[in-house]
Amino acid sequence: MKLRTRVLAVSAALLLPGTALSACAGTADNSTSADGNGAVTLSLVAYSTPQAAYEALIAAYQKTDAGKNIKFTQSYGASGDQSRAVASGLKADIVAFSLEPDITRLVTAKLVDASWNSDQYKGMITDSVAVIGTRKGNPKNLKTWDDIAKPGVQVLTPNPFTSGGAKWNILAGYGAKSSKGKDAAAGAAYLDALFKNVPVQDNSGRASLQTFTSGKGDAFISYENEALFAQKNGQAVDYTVPDDTILIENPIAVTTNSAHPAEAKAFLDWLHTPAAQKIYAENGYRPVVKDAGGPSFPNPSGLFTISDLGGWSKVNKELFDPGNSVMASIEQKLGISTSAAPSPAASK
Amino acid sequence: MAKYPLRVLALVYLLFLLVLPVGLVIWRTFEHGLRPIIDTLTSDNATHAFAVTLSVAVWAVLANTLFGVVAALLLVRHRFPGKRLLSALIDLPLAVSPVVVGLALILVYGKFAPAGGWLERNGLQIIFSLPGMVLATIFVSLPLVVRAIVPVLEEMGDEQEQAAHTLGASRWQTFLRITIPGIRAALGYGVVLCLARALGEYGAVAVVSGRLVGQTQTATLFVEERYQNYDQTAAFTTASALALIAIVILLVTKLLRPKENA
Amino acid sequence: MSATAVQKPTGSGSAPGPAGPRVHRRRPPVGTALSLGTAVLYLSLIVLIPLAAVVWRSTEGGWDTFWRAVQTPDAWAALKLTVGASLVVAVINVVMGTVIAWVLVRDNFPGKSIVDTLIDLPFALPTIVAGLVLLALYGTSSPLHINLAYTRVSVGVALLFVTLPFVVRTVQPVLRELDRDMEQAAYSLGASPATTFRRIILPNLAPAMISGAGLAFTRAIAEYGSTNLLTGSIPFETQVSAVNIFGRIESDDTTSAAAISTVLLVVAFVVLIALDLFQRWSARRG
Repeated sequence: MKLRTRVLAVSAALLLPGTALSACAGTADNSTSADGNGAVTLSLVAYSTPQAAYEALIAAYQKTDAGKNIKFTQSYGASGDQSRAVASGLKADIVAFSLEPDITRLVTAKLVDASWNSDQYKGMITDSVAVIGTRKGNPKNLKTWDDIAKPGVQVLTPNPFTSGGAKWNILAGYGAKSSKGKDAAAGAAYLDALFKNVPVQDNSGRASLQTFTSGKGDAFISYENEALFAQKNGQAVDYTVPDDTILIENPIAVTTNSAHPAEAKAFLDWLHTPAAQKIYAENGYRPVVKDAGGPSFPNPSGLFTISDLGGWSKVNKELFDPGNSVMASIEQKLGISTSAAPSPAASK
Repeated sequence: MAKYPLRVLALVYLLFLLVLPVGLVIWRTFEHGLRPIIDTLTSDNATHAFAVTLSVAVWAVLANTLFGVVAALLLVRHRFPGKRLLSALIDLPLAVSPVVVGLALILVYGKFAPAGGWLERNGLQIIFSLPGMVLATIFVSLPLVVRAIVPVLEEMGDEQEQAAHTLGASRWQTFLRITIPGIRAALGYGVVLCLARALGEYGAVAVVSGRLVGQTQTATLFVEERYQNYDQTAAFTTASALALIAIVILLVTKLLRPKENA
Repeated sequence: MSATAVQKPTGSGSAPGPAGPRVHRRRPPVGTALSLGTAVLYLSLIVLIPLAAVVWRSTEGGWDTFWRAVQTPDAWAALKLTVGASLVVAVINVVMGTVIAWVLVRDNFPGKSIVDTLIDLPFALPTIVAGLVLLALYGTSSPLHINLAYTRVSVGVALLFVTLPFVVRTVQPVLRELDRDMEQAAYSLGASPATTFRRIILPNLAPAMISGAGLAFTRAIAEYGSTNLLTGSIPFETQVSAVNIFGRIESDDTTSAAAISTVLLVVAFVVLIALDLFQRWSARRG
């Protein structure tokens, strides 16, 4: 009897954590499948800035017929980090990132179908533009790309090698000063002058903006929706939409290993409806659908897109290759390392 | 010895390093009255975050308590080669950065690791799911129960246990009736320490969590996320709640701490 | 329980011995083996194998890759800052920790026991909360108008916060047990308090002070959560190694993350082993 009790005790000690863990895992797995009363749960993995938008969108969707019985789990974080997490096993039915290469990584990993962007919106769900932000009231009158490259001005923008989204900021300035990519030398010279004014390169756009709001710098480069979000939350910032700036296009896709592809696609389609796009607009994002309603956004005269600059592959190679590129040499001159291991999708 | 200057020095140091910062946050939390506090703490995301924190902590404490008792008995009452090595290995987690803990677990239990990949193909996802969080929390709080029990076990001596054996008690009976009651206070102390550490873990879970709101977002990750979204109210409120929980735990440990020679 | 079943632990196959009550009896090997096996299995699955995996991954690609990863400018800067700041913090802790321990043991004032309890707060407080509270008091909206945000000093402040209890808690018990006779003798022979402290008390406290400093150092080099908010974790200026490693993990650069982690682990182990040796040496001398 004594041996048996001892064996029982030890087995309990070994098995209890084990069964507990599998029970936990069981519930975690069940969350992305149908539970007892037929409700389906979709997992949305997105970048951090549209969190408020998606919370509102999900609430609205759940009021529609299609969305009545759909539950959602949500995860928000830096775009590149989230993309890598999904590639490493984070379960997702819908992925929404800040820039296309973060989806391309998943296409390479066979987690997103290659036809994700073959619709009329080319896979994009919202737009924004790069803007120049300042203190409230713009005391130093910084409005143009030239203004912030003047000596003595301190500008904040994140490190493009750790923050994929930071590339938008740089491409905006580059494209504006290089006649939309035609004069590469002028563009590179501009970036050189600009980065002399960047005292700190944070790891993400949000961190960069928070460094600004806590007192550092005279101006910052950011997305329009970020600046609007900051203002909405009581931060004392203003921003100018430069005449020449880049159209920031945010992609969205359904995953190939989704447990509920039909429901996920239905949600995606709903996100393209005017009602949904209006909610995006109310949260600072430019709708991709015409006449969606909601607040209007200024139209810069010299708006250009990533395709005007030659597409992501060309831009990643010429401007952002960690080994040899325009930004790599600028960073090296500043003494900042560009990460030693270029990843296959070349978007960091 | 210069009594008053020393006292002032010590108290001023503690005031500026410890008391004022914590006090300020608790103060600022109550700045706008109780309404924002209640709103934050009863919000879905906050309650989910605390639920995740609690469930992860409970599993970790359970596991580490079982391990702690077994290991402590091993170290004190048994004889075997490599005992000092085992003791040192048990203390290992104290020297490891939480971020390294996360990395270590990913390298073994992540999707692309041999063990992790096999487990995932057979239905058990560890990283980006609750089991991973539990493992990370177990790792960082592992030595706490052992270290609390060992000195008391040593001091207790095994005469009573020997006597019980002589009188015919089985090992299990001895364990339940003599050993456990003897170390009860120290065990409680260790468990509470372990719980405190588990509730407060941030770095390791930040790496393995996946930040699934309501599933793998702990209270500590919630504080970070709210702060990054300019929601100072929610961040401060949750931080204060965690701070107050920590203070309560401290008071409990003070009651349970094995009495040192007065 | 039958009074005859005295010696043999039931059914565990121990060597039979002489009948009659025994005072010292060796534990049967099965009990030890089973417990040991369980404990080692638990430890291996959760701690040892994962840590080994870190070291293993860091060597993937050979020494060259390892050193190149460690010596990339931002990683190297972070390591220098981390080790340097931790050393400074350890020294400050030796001084202030001893002062605080002294006051807690030798002095008496209302509220002392509350202060004594509060010392352990950094143990119990989540590090992100520590970061937040320090940011509130020493950040841009500091009510004391002390703005340390984004400075190297802020790294020190964060580390001082989380390492506060270490020296205090190692020195306190020693101070409590200290035999006052020698001090009394010194005073009666005319020694000043300072000399008495230097010649009599300090040598007795030194091992505990050093031990606490070592623990504080290893804790400080590992710190992650409290440094992000106040310091801004600016690469090259205020970024500590743990944050640097985190960034590498998030960038999928696990090999270089593992390399830097291995360096941190080795530094911690060296310090802990040195501490252990020192303690055994001083125990022999003591």
